[in-house]
Amino acid sequence: MSFLEVNNICLDYSVKEGQTHALDDVSFSVGEGESVAIIGPSGCGKSSLLKIIQGLVPATSGTVTLKGETVDRPARDIALILQDFGLLPWRTCAKNVGIALQIRGYARDERRERVEKMLELVELSDMARAYPSQLSGGMKQRLAIARALAVDTKLLLMDEPLSALDALLRERMQERLLALWQSQGYAQIIVTHSIEEAVFLGQRIIVFSPRPGHIVDIIENPLCASAGFRSTEAFFSQVEYLRELLREDADDPASEVRHA
Amino acid sequence: MHRALGYVWGTIIVLLLWWLLALLANSPALPTPLDTLPDVVDNWDAIVPQLGISFLRIIEAMAIGTILGAPLGLMLGRSTRADAVLGPVVYVLYPLPKIVILPVLFVLFGIGGEAKVILIAIAVFFQMLVTMRDAAHAIPPSTIEAMRSLGANRLQMFVHVTVPATLPDLFTALRITTGTAVAILFIAESMAGSTGLGYYIMHAWSLLEYTQMFAGIVAFAIMGVILYEAFDFAERRLARR
Repeated sequence: MSFLEVNNICLDYSVKEGQTHALDDVSFSVGEGESVAIIGPSGCGKSSLLKIIQGLVPATSGTVTLKGETVDRPARDIALILQDFGLLPWRTCAKNVGIALQIRGYARDERRERVEKMLELVELSDMARAYPSQLSGGMKQRLAIARALAVDTKLLLMDEPLSALDALLRERMQERLLALWQSQGYAQIIVTHSIEEAVFLGQRIIVFSPRPGHIVDIIENPLCASAGFRSTEAFFSQVEYLRELLREDADDPASEVRHA
Repeated sequence: MHRALGYVWGTIIVLLLWWLLALLANSPALPTPLDTLPDVVDNWDAIVPQLGISFLRIIEAMAIGTILGAPLGLMLGRSTRADAVLGPVVYVLYPLPKIVILPVLFVLFGIGGEAKVILIAIAVFFQMLVTMRDAAHAIPPSTIEAMRSLGANRLQMFVHVTVPATLPDLFTALRITTGTAVAILFIAESMAGSTGLGYYIMHAWSLLEYTQMFAGIVAFAIMGVILYEAFDFAERRLARR
């Protein structure tokens, strides 16, 4: 049995026009400490899938298990970073990290210690007393990561974590994410719509179809995290392969039929 | 310091306008500030107890209205179910001018302080309820989701998200309701009873003591400024966006 197992997840929800079929029979697993990227067109239910995995939103059918235990409420070992981070604007950076520990009932002394350690980890120590509104986009992202990792997270879920950043910063943040993951040993699932990002960050890349989202292919990407990967031939060919795959799927008339 | 200077500047302008109007009106009902000032000083001892009574009524009424109205408003703003049940009741009662039930309250509670405090508390209650309901409703869903995903229960959500997120709106509502509360108090005190600044002003008016009447009006203005400043001070200390 794997660390995380996602079994036959379906999600329907009601909209004005009736029922929307958002996720269709999604199954995959994630090993302990593994990094998985999920890629697909926008609106394919990737964000909803992360919320279901974390236990924030119930699936219509299917199960999620973490270390054999069913996830049916926000799981302690799983942290979810939403697209706009959900930082509390009236709290300083230090207190934004602290809230995660406060909610989980950590004692005051340990809270202070961990907050310090986490801010150091994401290189925000000198911004401890600043408010989120004073941070740049990349800094907010790092603060959200610090908050997510503060509670001994075993699995980190990130919903398009870098989509708000400009291209240069984005590459640097990808490297930071990779380094953090390598040094801290948690597993992660990163949802993205950038092919390069998926190839750079995912040991496995799960490719989704347009709505209703279902898995088209799972690609092994063993060279991920090897030194200088971004500028190797293997990186480019992997990117090219994925691009073809996503294009084919968008052209696939069957996906149109499903959509209707 | 800047703020104090602002008040000096504002007061000078208001006094100048007052003076100008008094000269233009040329009526004993609108004495100049210079005619009023000696009366404020002369009647200070008579005004202060009335000011104290009125001030206490406002504070009591606003405290009751806020303590009952704000939490209920937050609850309606966060719970779709509670809002579906109680929301319509609020829509029906909110636009009703609360002052019209003053005679009823006089009958029920007598013409002393209670009826006046209750009336103001009711008006404050509804304004608080509606303002805090909308404020709680406006909390971004992503903030709520992020906190729930961190494992926050209902109480933690209330303490760490709902209250701090809506605190600035609470203070805005307090400042706005101060105006309403003072206005209602004046009407209530001038209609019946023999205490408070409203009574003092209308009593002076009935005796044609226009400078004394204006002394009361000045005291009313001072009371409004004190309340407004107190809430503003509290907001700067407690709330931060």
